[in-house]
Amino acid sequence: MTEAVARVFAREYGRAVAVLVRVLGDIDLAEDAVQDAFTAAVRTWPTDGVPPSPAGWIITTARNKAVDRLRRESTRDDRHAAAARLHADSAESQWTEKNEEDEEDAVRDDRLRLIFTCCHPALAPAARVALTLRLLGGLSTPEIAAAFLVSEPTMAQRLVRAKNKIRVARIPYRVPAEAELPARLRSVLAVVYLVFTQGHGAPRADLCAEAIRLGRLLVELMPDEPEALGLLALMLLTDARRAARTTADGRLVVLSEQDRSRWDHAVVAEGHELVRRCLRRGRPGPYQVQAAINAVHTDTPPTDWWQVLALYDQLLAIAPTPVARLNRAVAVAEVHGPGPALALVDELDLPDYPVFHAVRADLLARLGRADEAAGAYARAEELIGNPAERDHLRRARERLRA
Amino acid sequence: MAQYLLSIQQPDGPPPAPEVLDPIMRELGAFNQRLRDAGAWVFNAGLHAPETATVLRLEGDEVLLTDGPYAEGREHVGGFWVIEAADLDAALDWGRAAARILTLPIEVRPVAG
Repeated sequence: MTEAVARVFAREYGRAVAVLVRVLGDIDLAEDAVQDAFTAAVRTWPTDGVPPSPAGWIITTARNKAVDRLRRESTRDDRHAAAARLHADSAESQWTEKNEEDEEDAVRDDRLRLIFTCCHPALAPAARVALTLRLLGGLSTPEIAAAFLVSEPTMAQRLVRAKNKIRVARIPYRVPAEAELPARLRSVLAVVYLVFTQGHGAPRADLCAEAIRLGRLLVELMPDEPEALGLLALMLLTDARRAARTTADGRLVVLSEQDRSRWDHAVVAEGHELVRRCLRRGRPGPYQVQAAINAVHTDTPPTDWWQVLALYDQLLAIAPTPVARLNRAVAVAEVHGPGPALALVDELDLPDYPVFHAVRADLLARLGRADEAAGAYARAEELIGNPAERDHLRRARERLRA
Repeated sequence: MAQYLLSIQQPDGPPPAPEVLDPIMRELGAFNQRLRDAGAWVFNAGLHAPETATVLRLEGDEVLLTDGPYAEGREHVGGFWVIEAADLDAALDWGRAAARILTLPIEVRPVAG
């Protein structure tokens, strides 16, 4: 792919697929048509130059390619009908300068519909993530397989099954009605955040960037949803610290010891602004509160642990998950000391969660209970997947002996 | 429009006591009426217990006959509807209402063709 085409592909693939799914009513046909259009772009743009509206060119070309394809393959009556409809469509609504604004509005709706289809709760969670990355992010099946550590055939099959279910069970291509919207939006936000945490843990900066791009898209499409703002802020405030999170030789650096000059301060500022914007709405939700906690952590030191603790209390009131209670205990340790924090941690039932053992180990060490701390560190090391984090835990365990 | 099978996943064993079952059956009657009023009703039926089932299976030239349901398990289809719905969301709305009334899992499955 030439560089110009690659840039347009990264930015416009999801948009083009979304439009073509509406026009064609079929995801596979839409993907094939958009692929054909990009293939044509690779052939013609280097000699003819990049068209004034690359997205419009891709969408119009994809429509025409779909007509060709349907004519070639039309063995069934409904495909004939679809080809006829498409032809009428593309003849009357070629992408021109004049109707570009209307088209932009329509495209915005198309992308929103496609996100809700990809994240429909009738699909398995793993399939929702894969479909979203495939159809809106334009990631290839091997790329998605690598990101989620499954084999390519497994991921390909997962995508085929999901697309087949959308077609035969008629999962609608529609933004949900207001009554269903909160629950359906939660599913969409969870998919985007899962992409981000997967990228953050791997670590894969490209996945984090893709999640942030999707997060920006959600904010653009649903500017009135404070949780969409909160999710974007949470991802930005986490991602802004990426460069400071590891040393040059790959060692993990905890937040309190990070070189703040290596943070991306423009991104931190944007995250803070988003947190203020969503909290003004007065409709707090789990992503907004977690973003606010990260905003406190990225404020000028020293960290206001009382405020962190107050925010965790708010988070527990909205979403009392064991992981949130564990994180709250970390704040309790800073405010009230390791003893009360350990009592809270010991109430939790998270035997397979490495962070649980790591937090316990740290609290035990601070209480002078080195043997128990060493055991907890060892358990955390066994459970953790990320090598840099495992290394960090091992060094903490070795420091106990010193 | 498409058709969907809504099947009731019912635990095996005796039916609930009348004081539990009667209000459920009244609500089910009202639910079936709502389906008809909406033009969504195609068919519905309750089934007798799985131990009343007989399975036929072709072995060579012979059709063998065995007592009991085909699938082992602690629950079996206890009844079902076939409904018309515009899309899965509409079918799920009916299924959701049925699950609330019956307090049993409902499987929603598209009918082919």
